[in-house]
Amino acid sequence: MSVIDPPVDGAPASTGSKAPRRRRSPLTWVRGGGLSTLIFLLPMLIAFGVFSWFPIVRALVMSVQETNLVTAPTWVGVENFRTVLADPDLWTAVKNTGYFALLALIFGYPIPLALAVVMSEVKRWRGIYTALAYLPVVVPPVVSVLLWRFFYDGSETGVFNTIVGWVGLGPYPWLQSATTAMPSLVLEATWAAAGGTVIIYLAALTGVAPELYDAAEVDGASIWQKVWHVTLPQLRGVLLITLILQVIGTAQVFLEPYLFTGGGPANATLTVLLLIYNYAFGSSLGGDFGSATALSVMLAVTLGILSAVYFRLTRSWSTS
Amino acid sequence: MTVTAQPSTPEVEAEVAVSGPERPSWRRRLIRRRSSGSDGGERGIISPFERRRPGVKYPLKASTIGLLIILLIIGLGPILWLAKGAITPTQDTLRQPMALWPNGMEWSTLSTAWNREHLDQYFLNTVFVAAGSWASQLFVAATGGYALSVLRPKYGPILTGLVVGTLLVPTVVLLVPLYLTVLNPPLWHHSMLNSYWALWLPAAANPFNVVLVKRFFDNLPREVFEAARVDGAGPFRLFWSIVLPLSKPILGVVSVFAVIAAWKDFLWPLLVITDPQKQPLSVRLPVLADLIELDVLLAALFISTIIPIVLFLVFQRLFLRSAGLSGAVKG
Repeated sequence: MSVIDPPVDGAPASTGSKAPRRRRSPLTWVRGGGLSTLIFLLPMLIAFGVFSWFPIVRALVMSVQETNLVTAPTWVGVENFRTVLADPDLWTAVKNTGYFALLALIFGYPIPLALAVVMSEVKRWRGIYTALAYLPVVVPPVVSVLLWRFFYDGSETGVFNTIVGWVGLGPYPWLQSATTAMPSLVLEATWAAAGGTVIIYLAALTGVAPELYDAAEVDGASIWQKVWHVTLPQLRGVLLITLILQVIGTAQVFLEPYLFTGGGPANATLTVLLLIYNYAFGSSLGGDFGSATALSVMLAVTLGILSAVYFRLTRSWSTS
Repeated sequence: MTVTAQPSTPEVEAEVAVSGPERPSWRRRLIRRRSSGSDGGERGIISPFERRRPGVKYPLKASTIGLLIILLIIGLGPILWLAKGAITPTQDTLRQPMALWPNGMEWSTLSTAWNREHLDQYFLNTVFVAAGSWASQLFVAATGGYALSVLRPKYGPILTGLVVGTLLVPTVVLLVPLYLTVLNPPLWHHSMLNSYWALWLPAAANPFNVVLVKRFFDNLPREVFEAARVDGAGPFRLFWSIVLPLSKPILGVVSVFAVIAAWKDFLWPLLVITDPQKQPLSVRLPVLADLIELDVLLAALFISTIIPIVLFLVFQRLFLRSAGLSGAVKG
């Protein structure tokens, strides 16, 4: 037996040389390690199969079906998409989500970069700086929202109103007014997330070759010129990726509008994900799962197109 | 001035992401930085020569201190305020929220929150949820990464592609179909609503973990595996006695990600755990916020925050390394 069978080898890595051996009985498969490999893959296959691949396919199917929890789903074609697109709330939600993403970029993109660049020049007690910057990220998001909701108290003795009162400003209505609600949400979201971005930039900054700074100094570059002409170009790859990741993340914002304002006042903070949630789970009459998945699929496709275009544009930009 | 050659950005990221078991490069860099002291050693944007010029030295010092003050206010301020608010009577907090020292302290709020509002129960629930998703994520990522990277079946690349592909799908797509799947799982057909399995199992399907672990395993020295096989170790023995002991650093990173994500998650547990007795802190706190008095609420918020903060301070290096990694790998 042992003369005929191929050597028991866990990894059939050398594929080409074994081409003539095409005798694939179950026994040789087991002896070749096929079964044990499958046993090791099984947890991953089950987890991804049931809770990732299956739901993704199901999302596509459900978006063209009418689904409720009582009767069997029926085919409705593009009806779900038509319903969603006809919903006046959709355009409010899209506008609000875009506004949130824009504000989050304005608040949250340059600040961590500036912090990281200055922090990378701190020589003593760097650990304290990084720990302080990262601390808000560690606070559970629900806790930060509930805490900030109290900070945002619109009365004169609210925490933030007391603080801005010291310099003679306010009191502001913060969450209670349609114009200030969204910036208030973004402010909290930026506070909660900026630390993570700072750490990513710090890691990238340690990768900038010191020789480049030496060379720049030989050419007589000042500190600002070194930051502008050496540091930032060297961080370009990371900067491009954090930008698109931030856009994708903010396009799916849910926690802040849900807990701070519930979408109000007057739908001023209704976001796309909150609308999806309302479609599927917001009504006591039973969810409109079809519309919810149709909107999720549309959001996902939009984000996919956006990132594809973004990477194409930035690639041509970085090579030119 | 000892200038050490370092590769440029993308390579460093890749290197950090896949750092081998013997002594990862980030640690080497860290040690070098530690030992290099305040002057000389590794340089950044500002050269040691420039640092000595008064026109640079004093503004630099000022901005360093200024940055520290800003970070103290922004990073630590709200948490300190929360700690103060937790032991301040409601009326004081409402009337003078920014008073430096409370008029009277009431430590009883902490025990009220813990006992009367059953924070202990929700807290235990959260710990239970986090422990379960930690175990399931580690199990799936380690076995899957091992099979794809070390055992390498012929269909491996296709599976890897399918796993990586899910990284591109935004989580929002999964929300509703995953909910319906949990209500009525295929083949099994028993609702997992109000069961922690509804949190643990979907958490295990995390492509990020699998990619991270696979990349790490890819960089383990293959000679060790061959030697073990020659010595007669089967795939299970190889996994348990060789690969797992070598992969502690990456499993530590996956653990941090798993525990943090479980502790933070809100929307998914809100949907699938509807029984208040079983809900974790994150789902329960917003409900309590509308029901209980302010001082007890702030005490509850403080209790929910202090554990993650203590964990962070203890495992600071692991946390920060994981955070740095998340940028490198996603990119």
